[in-house]
Amino acid sequence: MTHATCFAAGKGSYTRAVPAYLDHAASTPMRPEAIAAMEPFLAGCFANPSGIHAAARAAKTALEEAREAVAAVLGAQPGEVVFTAGGTEADNLAVEGAARAARAAGRGDGVVTTAFEHKGVLAAADRLATDGFTVRRVGVDPGGIVDLDALARALDADTVVVSVMLVNNEVGTVQPLDEVGALVHAGAPHAVLHTDAVQAVPWLDVAQAAAAADLIAISAHKFGGPKGSGALVARDGVGLVPLLEGGGQERGLRAGTVNVAGVAALAAALQATVETRDADRVRIAALRDRLLGGIVDTVPDTFVNGDPGRKIAGNCHVGFRGVEAEALLVALDQADVYAAAGSSCSSGATEPSHVLAAMGLSRDDALASVRVSLGFASSDADVDRALAVLPDAVAQLRARMGALT
Amino acid sequence: MKVLVLMSGGVDSSVAAARLQSQGHDVTGVTLRLWGGETDSGCCSVADVEDARRVAAQLGVPHYVFNLSDDFGAAVVEPYVAAYATARTPNPCVECNRSIKFGRALDRALTLGFDGVATGHHARVERDPPGIYRLRRGADAAKDQSYVLYMLGQRELARTLLPVGDLTKSEVRSIASDLGLRTAAKPESMDVCFIARGQRTRFLAARTPARPGPVVDVGGTVLGSHEGVQGFTIGQRRGLGVATGTARYVVDLDASSATVTIGPYAALLADDITVRDLRFVHEAPGSRPLAVQTRAHGTPLAGRLEDTCVRLAEPAPRVAPGQVVALYDGDRLVGGGLAA
Repeated sequence: MTHATCFAAGKGSYTRAVPAYLDHAASTPMRPEAIAAMEPFLAGCFANPSGIHAAARAAKTALEEAREAVAAVLGAQPGEVVFTAGGTEADNLAVEGAARAARAAGRGDGVVTTAFEHKGVLAAADRLATDGFTVRRVGVDPGGIVDLDALARALDADTVVVSVMLVNNEVGTVQPLDEVGALVHAGAPHAVLHTDAVQAVPWLDVAQAAAAADLIAISAHKFGGPKGSGALVARDGVGLVPLLEGGGQERGLRAGTVNVAGVAALAAALQATVETRDADRVRIAALRDRLLGGIVDTVPDTFVNGDPGRKIAGNCHVGFRGVEAEALLVALDQADVYAAAGSSCSSGATEPSHVLAAMGLSRDDALASVRVSLGFASSDADVDRALAVLPDAVAQLRARMGALT
Repeated sequence: MKVLVLMSGGVDSSVAAARLQSQGHDVTGVTLRLWGGETDSGCCSVADVEDARRVAAQLGVPHYVFNLSDDFGAAVVEPYVAAYATARTPNPCVECNRSIKFGRALDRALTLGFDGVATGHHARVERDPPGIYRLRRGADAAKDQSYVLYMLGQRELARTLLPVGDLTKSEVRSIASDLGLRTAAKPESMDVCFIARGQRTRFLAARTPARPGPVVDVGGTVLGSHEGVQGFTIGQRRGLGVATGTARYVVDLDASSATVTIGPYAALLADDITVRDLRFVHEAPGSRPLAVQTRAHGTPLAGRLEDTCVRLAEPAPRVAPGQVVALYDGDRLVGGGLAA
């Protein structure tokens, strides 16, 4: 299914053109390699990998081959990879699982994270707080980088889990995880370091960038794999209390029949991503720079969120003073340019961004900001379309807003 | 017309969208996210948004969600709480229509290049030959909602479509059913959308300090005590906490002294109503006889407007301050305001 037919099928009869999909931080199209890897386990090789018969063994072999492939890319041993139903589950398992295991072992009950983590980390930390853990949220600077001094002050001998994301999902800033690791090593000797690397995979060599982490969460649909498939690397020796219990799959850390098709597709997407990553990064950075330059050069009263020198290549986060992002996204959608703002709640309404608030943006500026995120599927045509539509849309919204009586 | 239909997830706005589409309008649906509080029971729950989204998908029109919860809190919920705290009886649906649906949402629609908005309200917008817009009662007298739209002036009416105003409720349901819309048999919401059923007292108590005070008779004799004026409305008969042997009504509320005054029915009667924030659909009615409606589905009373005072032909129970006083000429809305 091509983009155009996919979007037309999903949205009804009003789609007019091939849209410019600029929301890769929300989800990416499936890579052909991932679809091909999935297919045998949907139609043919459907057996439960936990069984003893030949069909089960075939599924089990595919599962373990995928585990080896993922481990190799992430710089882990195969036995350190736990497959989950996505990034949120991996984050939850890491933060809650490690904290509960550490407290049970009597090592302490302190949890330290940042104010601009993904909700999958923040909600897990909140749940721990209601369960008696001491949770500290460290601030970030206006450019979207964790405040290392504040982090150092928040750490102590009672700290058992530190969670700092590798790449922020809204503004795309890369966090200095090596320095975070050194601080944790020095200031919190009993702590494990978790990193939400969900947004990092298409851009960074995670094995290297997250070498300091004991726990690493990834999600397949952010790099060309299917939704509902993720993984957590948990280094040998890191204790975890599982979220799900039952049949003891995944070394007892994640009960439930493993999603073999999803895992196979995750591994295939990951390998395909790594193969083209360096070339993609250069190509997409050029696209992004052309897009961002085109916007700030032609639209007055704009501002850029996130330190431009410390961002992944696909992120473009811009505010338009006097414009409501929620209205701008509608105008863009009607012109077949797909972007995002804040984070979406279950109703589909745009909620004010906790990330931009943590960076010190005013509420008005936060509500005037949109995220335009590129990925491996982005093309010159997408940028052309965005540049043909967005400056005019902003100008029209401003003009009509000014004309209201 | 390029129309933004405010789809609540109910049957009326579902049919409004369907009718406009079949009439050839360029339709887009939007559901307003108004309240994320702990009593998310009403018009903007996730399930209602989903109903609206599915109806829009069935019609093949785009659907969006606008998060106007900040505006709703400031323009509807906070004044609602403040009104009760100062012994007034607010009408939050009216404030939502004024500030949110025909305020923020209409402005948003115009900003996005729409010609106007449409809702599922039961009332009729008509345009006189000289180009004057009128608002008439809905065709279904039992469902007429012109009362809660009293604030719409020429600017709003020129940009508003009410596509189900000429239908009865049963006709609306039958159209929805014929089209196979999932909202065809959905029950109507009758409660204040941001407060769970029966939880008003608790909702108010959590937001404003209750100040106990005396319950007195019209002569000033103390008959008992109460927990706060926000628990009372002018005309209220039940739940006064005082046994007097004969029927007694709340005839006065004084927030400054936290006093609730009760009296017999005769003490509740008045033959005029002072109105504030008067608005007219087109122009002031002069001294001609009008029909005066003081409740959403109340029987209209005969009266005339004199400056900011409505003179009634016959005494009637007093209108609680904050309630809408809507003025009609026949089935045409003339305007209205809030009882002072």
